[in-house]
Amino acid sequence: MLRQWLVCLTAFFLMAVAVQAADQRNPLAGNPKAAKAGEYEFRINCALCHGLGAKGGGRGPDLTRAVKKHTHNDAEMFQVISNGIPGTAMPANGTNGQGVGMTDEEIWQIITYIRSQEVKAPAKPVGNAVHGKELFYGDANCSLCHMVQGKGGRLGPELTGVGASRTREAIIDSVRNPSRRLAWGLTEATKEFPQEYESVTAVTADGKQIKGVTLNEDSFTVQVMDTSEQIHLLEKNKLKSFEKTRESAMPKYNADTLSDKDLDDIVAFLVSVGAKLGAK
Amino acid sequence: MRTRLRMEWFEARWKSGALAPRRDVLKDEGFSPWRPQGLKAGVSRFRNAALKGPLFHGASRVRLRIARFALTILPTGLVVFSFASFASAQVTSERLVNSAKEPQNWMTYSGDYSGKRFSGLDQISVINAHSMVPKWVYQTGATGKLETSPLVVDGVLYATAQDDRAYALDARTGRPIWMYQRQLPGDIRPCCGRVNRGMAILGDKVFLGTLDAHVIALDAKTGNVIWDVAAADYRTGNSFTVAPLAIKNLVVIGISGGEYGVRGFIDAYDADTGARKWRFYTVPGPGEPGHDTWEGDSWKVGGAPAWNTGTYDPSTNQIFWPTGNPSPSNRGAGRAGDNLYSNSLLALDADSGKLKWYFQFTKHDEHDWDATQVPVMVDAGDKKLIAQADRNGFYYVMDRTTGKLISATPYGKTTWSDAKDAEGRPIANKNASPTLEGHTVCPGALGTTNFMAPTYDPQTGLFYVTARDQCDIFSTAPQPYEPGHAFYGSAYFPSEEARPYLGFLKAINPTTGEIKQTFQHTSPTWSGVLSTAGGLVFSGDAEGNFIAFDAKSLKPLWHFQMGGAVYAAPMAYAIDGKELVAIAAGSALYAFGLP
Repeated sequence: MLRQWLVCLTAFFLMAVAVQAADQRNPLAGNPKAAKAGEYEFRINCALCHGLGAKGGGRGPDLTRAVKKHTHNDAEMFQVISNGIPGTAMPANGTNGQGVGMTDEEIWQIITYIRSQEVKAPAKPVGNAVHGKELFYGDANCSLCHMVQGKGGRLGPELTGVGASRTREAIIDSVRNPSRRLAWGLTEATKEFPQEYESVTAVTADGKQIKGVTLNEDSFTVQVMDTSEQIHLLEKNKLKSFEKTRESAMPKYNADTLSDKDLDDIVAFLVSVGAKLGAK
Repeated sequence: MRTRLRMEWFEARWKSGALAPRRDVLKDEGFSPWRPQGLKAGVSRFRNAALKGPLFHGASRVRLRIARFALTILPTGLVVFSFASFASAQVTSERLVNSAKEPQNWMTYSGDYSGKRFSGLDQISVINAHSMVPKWVYQTGATGKLETSPLVVDGVLYATAQDDRAYALDARTGRPIWMYQRQLPGDIRPCCGRVNRGMAILGDKVFLGTLDAHVIALDAKTGNVIWDVAAADYRTGNSFTVAPLAIKNLVVIGISGGEYGVRGFIDAYDADTGARKWRFYTVPGPGEPGHDTWEGDSWKVGGAPAWNTGTYDPSTNQIFWPTGNPSPSNRGAGRAGDNLYSNSLLALDADSGKLKWYFQFTKHDEHDWDATQVPVMVDAGDKKLIAQADRNGFYYVMDRTTGKLISATPYGKTTWSDAKDAEGRPIANKNASPTLEGHTVCPGALGTTNFMAPTYDPQTGLFYVTARDQCDIFSTAPQPYEPGHAFYGSAYFPSEEARPYLGFLKAINPTTGEIKQTFQHTSPTWSGVLSTAGGLVFSGDAEGNFIAFDAKSLKPLWHFQMGGAVYAAPMAYAIDGKELVAIAAGSALYAFGLP
């Protein structure tokens, strides 16, 4: 009897907790004053990656989209802002060293602001995702270096999530001008800046030349993936020479190589893949 | 082993008559780093105490009783044991003034009052540094940035960690003796991480400033709280992250909160009781000189915090303490004027806290360029100078008796100033102010350097500082002040166009500002720098390496991968006649030495 009672009590308790979590609503939803206060907070704490106006800064996702990759409601957004997203550059509240920690009230203000900035998806989607997929895995040669949903190369950044986490403009810019902003690679827990996709040429003591991209680097060692996807773990003082450049290993796709229309199709493909990640 | 060594040493000394009751033992003998000096100091005090009884300065009845008891059963192991604890219990202000005489200890944030962060130990040298090995690691388990600069006194290492943790460790092994962690309220308002940079020690207490803006004294032997005073209201953004500085019988400490519109101050507390002896507001109130450098009521939320440890010149009894940005950091509109004493170096009388002179590095700052870098005293011939590698990208040399500027020389990439005023101070050009859309200025808001401690090596005659070249896009927007809310007046972003961001260790001629040597890190680092009498400079990097450099050439001689980025400053100490160098990285504290 007592045991049944305890089970009952525990179940009730768990239910109460679950109800409370699901019931976590933004107490400031739709409040224009809160949205304005949230804009200040957003500039300080979020705009570094998500851009002024929440339109995406080339690093963080465009938050003006109604469908988001990691959050489906205000409660989830509150959790993401509070705790960050493990495995991504999204830090927990107060830990990015840029702004200051926010109070619960300030987080709700930010959510109110983000909701106020959201735009409905354009009536007619840009580009043909089916054709874009053909190009990505075919003539445009993207998949030689980039992987999407487990298919493709490893030399460049994995792109399954890029459609959800970057603006169209940012993706187009990185195809047209890949060296302008090198992609971020490994983000270490305590390090200020993520590793960038720099290009390296190393010559070993026995004269072997290694050309590839930097997976990671410090003053004494470098971890390189060469163009045939071999990983080389090198000690700099044992190399004959070591050079790196900020000229991306990715070729610059200008309009002659890849028309605007074809590029729109490829972006449409990436956005469609990203949208599936966001769908619940 | 240690006890036996000490016993033998003590017996030999006792028999030889070297432990005659002289107050001046320490002064007469000079220093040999490989003798247990702290014990010797304890012995001389103990003998004096025993012989002079109640006349012994500062001795408590209990201590006297122990001392008398010890004397009656000399020389036994038991006595030696009581010596060891007795010695570590007394860090007098005289010892702090004469810290160079006991380089086995590291008793203030910068290792001495002059801010040199130079160790007189030379056992680890350019000859053998390549063979250094880790001796111990202490895991704090704390996440975030570990910025602590430990103290070591007579074999005990005192360090702090995030969320106001404090530790006493066996400096030989890293094994903890006690641990303290403050129960912080849930709504503290620290800027830029829940960090702490270290403690001060005086007498038998260590002193900690807390994130909820209290100053507390802990028993150095137990970690028990002796006193606890609230300095300010944490709910309006006041906090302490700084290592306090013990001077005479005072604990001097400066507030953080320039991102919340606090009114900055520097406080001094009685080390025995916690009673506040003076406060200097870094933003002058109505009727005070400098008040007219603030528009309207802007002084009330003017910022000018004081969050890095200053230095002290005992010969003039002056404290040199730097201050931070005016609030809001990115918006000058609404606070027209120079905004004294933000971004300044203040010379304060240690007894009264009265302002002797000030020098403002950046007037009416709109770029968050806190001048909170350690001001380092440099003597050049008969010139008494003070040098500061400022966050705004210029290296300043001043006369420390008058505050008069001698030179200001860029030591990194700067675009904000291309002219100087009549005093020689760099002044901002028209295009430097932030705009609504944002535009690029160098250095960025994090500065050419920041809080990372520099070092001045009297052997090479060079000043070493961690520097970065990174430009930021500065934007500004009107923002109303609300108590306890972040108050930036918009924001800044690293400028992608200005990539790559570069990090350096630079060696600078301390009197001219000329750059003599440069080592380029893989990326910018937040590590402080230590120099030692072994001809070495130590620093860490963002990739987790701890590196020993040849102080002359800045060529790396040795490195160790610690597995986490460095946000702390190294220090050196000795125990059992062996030199160790300690540094925090990731969430752990490391000590390195020779095999």
